[in-house]
Amino acid sequence: MNFELDEDILFLKKNVRDFIQTEVEAVAMQIEEENHIPERVINLSKEMGLFGLSIPEEYGGLGIDMVGKCALYEEIGQTHNGYTTLIGAHTGIGTVGIVEMGNEQQKRKYLPDMANGEKIGAFALTEPAAGSNAANLKTTAVRKGDKYIINGLKHYITNATEASVFTVMAATDPEKGSKGITSFIVEKDFPGFQVGAVEKKMGLRGSHSAECIFEDCEVPVENVLGVEGQGYVNALKILTNGRAGLASRNLGSCLKLLDMSTRYARERIQFGKPIIRNQAVSHMLAEMAVEIEALRSFTYRVAWMVDQGMKVIKEAAMLKLYGSEVYNRVADKAVQIHGGLGYIADYPIERFFRDARITRIYEGTSEIQKNIIAGQLEKEYN
Amino acid sequence: MNIYVLMKRTFDTEEKIALSGGKINEDGAEFIINPYDEYAIEEAIQVRDANGGEVTVISVGNEETEKQLRTALAMGADKAVLINIEDEIENGDQFTTAKILAEYLKDKDADLIIGGNVAIDNASGQVGPRVAELLTIPYVTTITKLEIDGTNVTVTRDVEGDAEVIETSLPLLVTAQQGLNEPRYPSLPGIMKAKKKPLEELELDDLDLEEEDVEAKTKTIEIYLPPKKEAGRVLTGDLNEQVQELVQLLHTEAKVI
Repeated sequence: MNFELDEDILFLKKNVRDFIQTEVEAVAMQIEEENHIPERVINLSKEMGLFGLSIPEEYGGLGIDMVGKCALYEEIGQTHNGYTTLIGAHTGIGTVGIVEMGNEQQKRKYLPDMANGEKIGAFALTEPAAGSNAANLKTTAVRKGDKYIINGLKHYITNATEASVFTVMAATDPEKGSKGITSFIVEKDFPGFQVGAVEKKMGLRGSHSAECIFEDCEVPVENVLGVEGQGYVNALKILTNGRAGLASRNLGSCLKLLDMSTRYARERIQFGKPIIRNQAVSHMLAEMAVEIEALRSFTYRVAWMVDQGMKVIKEAAMLKLYGSEVYNRVADKAVQIHGGLGYIADYPIERFFRDARITRIYEGTSEIQKNIIAGQLEKEYN
Repeated sequence: MNIYVLMKRTFDTEEKIALSGGKINEDGAEFIINPYDEYAIEEAIQVRDANGGEVTVISVGNEETEKQLRTALAMGADKAVLINIEDEIENGDQFTTAKILAEYLKDKDADLIIGGNVAIDNASGQVGPRVAELLTIPYVTTITKLEIDGTNVTVTRDVEGDAEVIETSLPLLVTAQQGLNEPRYPSLPGIMKAKKKPLEELELDDLDLEEEDVEAKTKTIEIYLPPKKEAGRVLTGDLNEQVQELVQLLHTEAKVI
């Protein structure tokens, strides 16, 4: 058993760290205030190759395995989560569908521009009536000659305002329920597609979630992703594979919070001594550190399983659940340790606290993860 | 164009310097490319991209220096050369480094050699000019702009805040000052590609040099940390007296006037 990252990955990780800590951290407060990520940072991130970190080398990406991706996400998670989400949603659910389910022609057409960040990806599954009940799609796709005509409304779509390439789930045979769903690659310029209202959110500022409106949107037949009727299975696969990545970004945010909290507890003097000398405070730090270490081990174990080609439905759900819950507990303790300062918007702690909250909801709520885990457990005894 | 960059591995600017046994303690310290050498690497890449040719980064150092050379390759240099003197030289100085570099460069037909203005550790600023002297080529230090037209070169150099424009020609050695350019980050695909780029490792033997040929010309007698900064003093009393006292102290104690 070997718990060390290999040297190439460590070298990539260090360079991502330097970049994130120098360039992105410098504008973190600006992103929060302006709800916008400066172009300079986006362009530097493109030059760095961050947009291609989940894309194979032959299509212009970095071509590293899941363990390697998680190591880099761990660094990307250590800064403003709006930035983390832009990169994470693109390199995760925004591109994974094409990477894993796309045919050669689709990969050649879309991935190189997505790898260099010229085209941003988004994943459009959720609808007003299809959240946790993801198969209950009202968006339909009807074949007409060499095209499909899509009609419907998606909402809460991350990166919708930035994206040029959408992985869209629509019902091609509504009567068949989850077996009647097909995935499509939709370009933002396809006739009949438009981005609707942008949501105002509690956090993740700088990352935008919006509606996607399909009005007789014409999608060429060659843009069907995978097999017709397999869309729901595709969606679950895309989400499952995204989960190790998501957990490692949460891990990064937890590490940042532990670092800030430990430093603060050592420096903050009350009653004539640093507050870390108070057992109540030091125990909070200890609890944070233990949970983070457990999350780290679990994250890399699941990533390793993915790299071995093992089935990870249960483990990925456990990891999504655990990573999100740990992030929330760690953020809560970080606020408590920082006291009033943890509640002040001039300091990043309250931002992490707000940003953490969505992780228990998006890409499958904590409750849905528990359903998956229990369902898999039950199957094991069949 | 045949471009060479002289690079040094130095302590990270964030590291705290600690002494043990009269030497600087390197245990657990982070090392980086000397920041001024980063400007040199960036400039070399830009000159190559505009004029064609090849960028080779050379460093006199130890096995660990390979990391910084790989970073230079990841930024976009074509080749790297490590002259590893770890086992042979215990106390080298600027003469040692310059002599080794010049010996390596003497038959390389370099058109342009770029180094950093100074290294942030010893800060002598000598290695670049010494190499140029040994190779008998012209050199310009602390440059902030480099324009090349055929073999004609126009260089702007920083002279303590003012700019001096110098016309010269290739072959040439220049040393980079802050402001010359903004060094790029090594891109992630660049790092992956760097693994396949050539990194040659040489020792003194390979350059037909003996230890005594490169023996240091200087001797370090003592290494010590600067004195701890003492708290400032607040003068009190009548304003006129305060001024008098201040002038007096600046004269007798601080000895600045």
